[in-house]
Amino acid sequence: MQGDAPGLNRRSFLGSLAAAGAGLSLRAHAQSEPADGTPPSAGSAAREHTAHVTLRVNGAPHELLLDTRITLLDALREHLNLTGTKKGCDRGQCGACTVIADGRRINACLALAVQYEGVDITTVEGLGKEGALGPVQAAFVARDGLQCGYCTPGQICSGTAMIEEYRKGALSSVSWEHGGVPQLSVAEIRERMSGNLCRCGAYTNIVAALRDAAGEA
Amino acid sequence: MQAFDYLRPTSPDAAIAALGAEGKFIGGGTNLVDLMKSGVETPHRLVDVNHLGLDKIESTDAGGLRIGAAVRNSDVANDRQVRESHPLLSQALLDGASPQLRNLATVGGNLMQRTRCDYFVDPAFAHCNKRNPGSGCGARDGFNRYHAILGASPACVAVHSSDQNVALLALDASVIVRGKDGERRIALNEFHRLPGDHPEVDTVLKPGELIVAVELPPSRAARHSRYVKVRERASYAFALVSAAVALDVQDGRLQGGRIALGSVAHKPWLAEKANALLSGHDLGDLDFAAIAKASVDGAQALRENGYKIALAQRAVERALRAAAGAA
Repeated sequence: MQGDAPGLNRRSFLGSLAAAGAGLSLRAHAQSEPADGTPPSAGSAAREHTAHVTLRVNGAPHELLLDTRITLLDALREHLNLTGTKKGCDRGQCGACTVIADGRRINACLALAVQYEGVDITTVEGLGKEGALGPVQAAFVARDGLQCGYCTPGQICSGTAMIEEYRKGALSSVSWEHGGVPQLSVAEIRERMSGNLCRCGAYTNIVAALRDAAGEA
Repeated sequence: MQAFDYLRPTSPDAAIAALGAEGKFIGGGTNLVDLMKSGVETPHRLVDVNHLGLDKIESTDAGGLRIGAAVRNSDVANDRQVRESHPLLSQALLDGASPQLRNLATVGGNLMQRTRCDYFVDPAFAHCNKRNPGSGCGARDGFNRYHAILGASPACVAVHSSDQNVALLALDASVIVRGKDGERRIALNEFHRLPGDHPEVDTVLKPGELIVAVELPPSRAARHSRYVKVRERASYAFALVSAAVALDVQDGRLQGGRIALGSVAHKPWLAEKANALLSGHDLGDLDFAAIAKASVDGAQALRENGYKIALAQRAVERALRAAAGAA
């Protein structure tokens, strides 16, 4: 899927289709009641299996005409040029693609973009800017929570959501071992961050950064 | 990936009507999208089940819980009622996958997950009766360290690797499914199939049927249950074996209970012979080792997975001791 077409070319091509009024009947929200089971009308080959999707990313809406197969990860990287979110395994195993959708961390590589109409997506670009880093970003810098940096955007998105989950009282399997009371111990952070792999092995400093950011140091 | 239409209906009946012959329902997509990327699943249409009103957890008149099929695994695990009345389910869910995956994965999708047998998930392997009926089984005489010790057939030795469904089985849950002719209720133990001659069929769902909920009866096992998962690393791995134990204890006396095993068979495995030993004892008189031995009654090893027969017994014994408060 990544090799379909370079983002800019593809986007301008699809944009011209949309401008010509093609594909309007394929809008995802126009398909909300297919009570008779009729598939969306298929016109020219170029319009088949596409849908208009409005992705709200870091507060800004983006209207896209997407192949229904495009993952949220590829939509962010190839269509919106938000390349902070990384493609690691592309199979939901490494966590490099972690983004926050309506406050919940998810693997963008297993999420079909067409399912995320109307959902607030936050990527690492939305967590801070140069000169005004978010608290987890700043903690990763202060604690040197990385080596090569490839997993870092996913670690930071995941860690940001992890701290919020903890503050809301969410359990991990480790919290069951101390009576169902969550505590942001090293063991709990490791369990709660188990969906983010770091092949450089910067885990010790990642855990330290997250304890700092959570105010548990 | 096979191209597909995407539909987003807003009622269960519209979703059922929209499916068509080559459609699939999609919830979180954590298993389905992965298998679509490798070409194992090739639906021509996806019907999104996230907007059907199936996202609630409610009390039932019987005093149990009804969990909508589209509730996320993380929301079930952290639901206050589930934590209080059926903590075994919370434990099992939190032992599964990663936080990111649990935020996507749904109750219904977890029930429908396919096996992780390498010969199934990788189409480079020519022989898999589940993926390509009649092609043979690569695992039976191949690499079968992770495969079944119970209920296997000559056609298939794959296992069902869910954590959620092992707990649901121990809690005597039912699956509520809806089709063109209305709803029916399927006991969890009847929901998944053994492979027999048709390993390509995982469940007893009929074409076009939609899972709408899982129902848990009231359980007296809340304080006497435990899920034990054994895996090759500390977190984020499928089970080698797992055991869910729910004991019905009244005044220190065992009135019954259920033991279920995971990752040992083509379905979550109800340890019926062991369960027959769980009534009419004082908790202090339980013969844990004998019950654990009975839980793997009929087990047969393949070349590489004999360790599972011993490991499953130890997992059962550990879960039993914890559930009985004798750890």
